[in-house]
Amino acid sequence: MIGPNGAGKTTLLSILAGILRPDGGTLEIGDGAVGWVPQQAALYRRLTVEENLLLFARLEEHPDPRASGAEMLELTGLGERREEFLARLSGGDQQRLNIAIGLLSRPSVLLLDEPSVGLDPRQRAKLWEFVSGLAGRGTTVIFSTHDIQEAERYGGRLLVLADGEALFDGSPDELRETVRRESDAAVAAAADRDFETAFVAYLHHRGH
Amino acid sequence: MRWLLLKDLQILRRSPLQAVLLVVYPVLIAILVGLAVSRGPGEPRVAFLNEVPQNARISLSGRKLPSANVQHRICEKVECVRVHSREEAEKKVESGDVLAALILPEDLINKINSLSTLSPGTPKVEVLVNESDPLKAGAVDDKITALLAQANLAIAKAIAVEGGKYLNLVIKGGDLPVLAGAIHILGLESSAHILEAIEPALPQGPLRVALGQVIEFANDAGENLDIAGPLIQRLAQPIEVHKVAVGGSSPPLETFAIAIAATLTLAFVTVLLVAGSLALEREENAFPRLTRGLVSSEALLGEKVLLGVAVGLVVTILMLAGLTIFVPLEWGRFGLWLVAILVGAGALAASGAALGAAAREVRAVSLLAFMVTLPVAFLSLVPSGTVGVGLYDVIKVITALFPFKPALEAITAALEAGSGSLGEPLLHLAALIVAYAVIARLALRRFARV
Repeated sequence: MIGPNGAGKTTLLSILAGILRPDGGTLEIGDGAVGWVPQQAALYRRLTVEENLLLFARLEEHPDPRASGAEMLELTGLGERREEFLARLSGGDQQRLNIAIGLLSRPSVLLLDEPSVGLDPRQRAKLWEFVSGLAGRGTTVIFSTHDIQEAERYGGRLLVLADGEALFDGSPDELRETVRRESDAAVAAAADRDFETAFVAYLHHRGH
Repeated sequence: MRWLLLKDLQILRRSPLQAVLLVVYPVLIAILVGLAVSRGPGEPRVAFLNEVPQNARISLSGRKLPSANVQHRICEKVECVRVHSREEAEKKVESGDVLAALILPEDLINKINSLSTLSPGTPKVEVLVNESDPLKAGAVDDKITALLAQANLAIAKAIAVEGGKYLNLVIKGGDLPVLAGAIHILGLESSAHILEAIEPALPQGPLRVALGQVIEFANDAGENLDIAGPLIQRLAQPIEVHKVAVGGSSPPLETFAIAIAATLTLAFVTVLLVAGSLALEREENAFPRLTRGLVSSEALLGEKVLLGVAVGLVVTILMLAGLTIFVPLEWGRFGLWLVAILVGAGALAASGAALGAAAREVRAVSLLAFMVTLPVAFLSLVPSGTVGVGLYDVIKVITALFPFKPALEAITAALEAGSGSLGEPLLHLAALIVAYAVIARLALRRFARV
């Protein structure tokens, strides 16, 4: 999901997660759990990495919460930092733990709200490697981002939102193709070179 | 719910400063308020300068009365600091070493004695006060007025007793000491007896009739003046106070002070803990994640209330146990204590949950909890009759809306038999639990926004 500030990305993700009720329309959710990872880490700073995992595994009523916690520690690569308090982790590690807790319910769909915000390039790369691994293992990942290059690189399907309206639903290439078709030669050439330019041109053509 | 409860206790254990502040601060405040309520101020220090000559006495009809011990009586009520000059007294008042100075001038007794002469003077004592502090000045005025009233009473009593003796002498007869010797006073009763003895010896006639009238007068005067004796003594203190309690039953001051200390501790610990721990869920962004199927909002509220009740109960019971070192408490009523503390804690925790749901941050919530709890606690201690009727009605409404006052009433009633009804405040608290639970649940809707 991409779109300018106030487009409704977080609102839509919250509705998909079942946290907000939609004002109108319908929402169909298939079989399997929907995991949700909020933009800011929803974790306890005065608990350790392992205690956070254990608490949420217990609240999820896992038959063996310790085993589930250990599995997530392995998945996130935070095993060595299991006894550290959350407050001492880097932003990237906190976000990985945040996602790991979203995965405790073993969801078939995982919702990530701007997961890479505030991370440095190295942490961001590690995060996307982790998320790509999840997608590779069969989890559908829906994420929102402000980083257009990130959307192009990791998103298989883009939803462009602006002012609460869905403007585009398709692949990055299809978005580029639409811009090429609707713009003059100079803009089309620029959009070919840079996906962000293509995105801005697309919004401009639709009055945003 | 139990995992959340354990998590909150774990977080509390890992914040020792916060935990200590949460427990120690309210306990200290509670003990200080309890002490302030149970014990009045110590005897005020008053500089005392007595310039009256040592052998000077108030005299009645030229006869010196025994000392009324005015100085002794005054110094029983205040801590007298003897000074030797007016300058010394002034310095002590100015420096704040003493609250006031009382000066009995040299001519005080002469002026008192002049009251029974044709040119009466005005006896005066002098009081030096430092009026830089209006509260202190008011307190000094009240104390000095009370002291002088007592001194006047002592003098009046001494005069009345002596007057009574003279009256007795007139009725019964006896010796009246004068200078080195004594004058024998026959008295009305003896006069009547003598005349009665003489009367039969007199022939019938006007002289005997006149003597009969004198005898009748002597008897009547003796009997009636006999009644006047106690009346004269009563003049010194014509009105006595007979106090009858017609409403409520006041607990001993110590019990009330302990109840205040216990309720203050319970209120601060419970309200702050519940409000803070609920706001923490929001500050840590955990609320939406928790209520997204893991626990219901009602269960989360219930967990916070349970946390507040459990910690508040433990701290309050420990504090009461600690206070038994100084004040005997009726441990046989422990069951009632438990009920009062549990229900009180429930209402306070529910109000804490409503406060916690109203703010976003722990700091803001803590400030809000203090700003609400402290004034309500102090307003709850305002006795009726000490403020205007309209203002007291407003105070009554405000304090009825918060759980502090009913919790205080319940704990007071539970601590000692005959300290009021327990049922009424418990019902009040139960109603507040329901009301605040509803407010907290409605306020939690705001939490769901991410």
